[in-house]
Amino acid sequence: MLRNGGEAYWRRKANAVVERRAEPGSLYDAVALESVRKGVKQWEERVFGGQAKKGPESRSDFQTASGIPLKPLYTPSDVMDADYSDQGYPGVFPYLRGVHPTMYRGKTWTMRMFSGFGTPEDTNKRLKLLLDHGETGLSIAFDMPTLYGYDCDHERAHGEVGRCGVNVSSLKDMEVIFGGIPLDKISTSMTINAPATVLTCMYAGVANRQGVPMERLRGTVQADMLKEYIAQKEWVYPPEAHLRLVRDLMVFCTKKMPLWNYISISGYHIREAGSSAVQELAFTLADGFGYVELGMEAGLKPEQFAPRLSFFFNSTMEFFEEIAKLRAARKIWATVLRERYGVKDPRSLLMRFHTQTSGASLAWQQPLNNIIRTTIEGLAAVLGGTQSLHTNSFDEAWALPTEKAVQVALRTQQVIAEETGVPSVIDPLGGSYYVEWLTEQMEEEAYKYFDKIESAGGLLKAIKSGYMQREIAENSYRLSRRVEEGKDNVVGVNKYAIEEKKPIDTLKIDFKAQTSQVKRLERVKKERNEAKVQAALAKIGRAFENEDANSIEPMLKAVLEYATLGEIVQVGREIFGTWREPVIL
Amino acid sequence: MPGKVFKPAKAHAVRLGKRTVSAERKIRVLVAKPGLDGHDRGAFVLARALRDAGMEVIYSGLLPSPEQVAEMALDEDVDVVALSLLNGAHMTAFPRVKKLLEKMGGGDIVVVGGGIIPEDDKPKLLKIGITGLYGPGSSLEEIVGHIKGRVRKERWGE
Repeated sequence: MLRNGGEAYWRRKANAVVERRAEPGSLYDAVALESVRKGVKQWEERVFGGQAKKGPESRSDFQTASGIPLKPLYTPSDVMDADYSDQGYPGVFPYLRGVHPTMYRGKTWTMRMFSGFGTPEDTNKRLKLLLDHGETGLSIAFDMPTLYGYDCDHERAHGEVGRCGVNVSSLKDMEVIFGGIPLDKISTSMTINAPATVLTCMYAGVANRQGVPMERLRGTVQADMLKEYIAQKEWVYPPEAHLRLVRDLMVFCTKKMPLWNYISISGYHIREAGSSAVQELAFTLADGFGYVELGMEAGLKPEQFAPRLSFFFNSTMEFFEEIAKLRAARKIWATVLRERYGVKDPRSLLMRFHTQTSGASLAWQQPLNNIIRTTIEGLAAVLGGTQSLHTNSFDEAWALPTEKAVQVALRTQQVIAEETGVPSVIDPLGGSYYVEWLTEQMEEEAYKYFDKIESAGGLLKAIKSGYMQREIAENSYRLSRRVEEGKDNVVGVNKYAIEEKKPIDTLKIDFKAQTSQVKRLERVKKERNEAKVQAALAKIGRAFENEDANSIEPMLKAVLEYATLGEIVQVGREIFGTWREPVIL
Repeated sequence: MPGKVFKPAKAHAVRLGKRTVSAERKIRVLVAKPGLDGHDRGAFVLARALRDAGMEVIYSGLLPSPEQVAEMALDEDVDVVALSLLNGAHMTAFPRVKKLLEKMGGGDIVVVGGGIIPEDDKPKLLKIGITGLYGPGSSLEEIVGHIKGRVRKERWGE
């Protein structure tokens, strides 16, 4: 999947799903099925058809957001292949019904709100507020200069410091962000990709200052570079160089930070960039298989690293498709890891994932409606069996969220957890004719896409030729046109629109962050031992130049000497070069 | 008749088409993201919508500086620069592009913008002539109309 195309496995799997669906499974009796088929036909002609003739239906076409055509009704005849063995039980292969034996009866999902803005001091305050409100895991957003590997005093950082996340230029900033927050008591997710190795070292650096051993650190860095080229577009180096750094991180953490989730394989951004649920599922899993191959190439056994791979999905407004996508994802992951990569240890087959409601689904018009959208999306994530959840704030189509809006967003998932009864039963939609049919549909479509990626020469070649990028852009334009043409409606946007003047107050971030960050950086550079920093940077350079070396250990040393993020990333720019995206227009 | 979308010759080397010579005057637009911002969904949708509305569209590619955007606009002799940012840097990057255009002799180029733009920021941008300021979910027809309107009035004197 990763490097060489042409593998026939995926086409066989796609065909197997098609064949399976054509044959009645053991759960259905042939005579009973025939009677259902007859019944459905009669209902369609006489009851439904009779009514439908009286007036047009409410829409010109009924289909999912992925474009899968929908029938008015699903019955046993649509899931006749059901042979319960391929659904199984929670905590049992293929995990379609959930990865944990007790799911939310044992423990509800982790409520993990993504936050970060302005200075490290601002973010430290917001994190403590969230912990006080009952949040159970931290999740840090970084600003654009940090994400692209520039220090706050770089000319490219001008005007961008602290604008849409917190700025981190050196270990000093991380020490402030986590001031008064004991790292052995919490788990932290950091949304960082291109410089994920540096930020992992900085987190370990803070632990070092707090006296917490590295082995005990729990948390996640995103570090999913494949999806950066596909969707989020926050890269520094060419794909091969970034993959090599991911490999270094995998190898280092396997030995030294065994509880650290060093790749969060992300469909979120693929969906936000405009993909369909099917594309999100297929491209994300393909990336996941790519990382499995990367780890195996580095000489690790899948059992050593697969338990540390986690996933990150989007939940947007196509309610049932979101649920079906999440169910199918677990099944495909476990099946392929077992069949194709020879994984036996059950812990390594579990797809654990975080879900975030969709930012792109939020409208700037009538923004309070976004609370409702987030509620529905959050519920879909829970019904899909998520391990943790971020719910967006209603004001995010306008700006970064205010404290009040964040509180409403957190309360949204607390209401789902505490008041609805939804967590009482595991995978409560399992067995719905429609949901099971749609789950199989997702499975089939995903395997077809894997095959297309193989035909495009494998993942790396497909990325370089812009195959996935083009698929996403085309889908995104299709969705926009559908809204434009009134085929799809967005309440308050192309239907029920009203005139509003400044509907809400938004968070204001002043430009002080840049000034104070630059000052702190100047101080850090003055106080550090320059000779030691330069020597440490040179060692990183030597590690980068030697494909067989591991660059994390020297990076950790440099971070502890207060070498800056920008300096470390720049060493790589000089050795690996930078990247220019393929043309996909 | 649909227009064309291609990348500029400078900074991002690939060009997808030649400038159309036609009796019908076409609006030339540079769609650009002047900053550290990978959110290109809106820019791509807009590029396609403008193309389908008969305009010639040039896309800046990701991560150009405001200086590069201004240079591209002049090199490509565009009527319009359509700026998109969702990273919160619009109050620095948008005015900078506008200022550079004026300085380099492109003061008559129409500048429009969009992305995540808080209401309170809009008056300041409008004041310096950066209009539109559309957010996610805006009507494509409205954006096309806005651009056509400004170009016809300001560039073609209609």
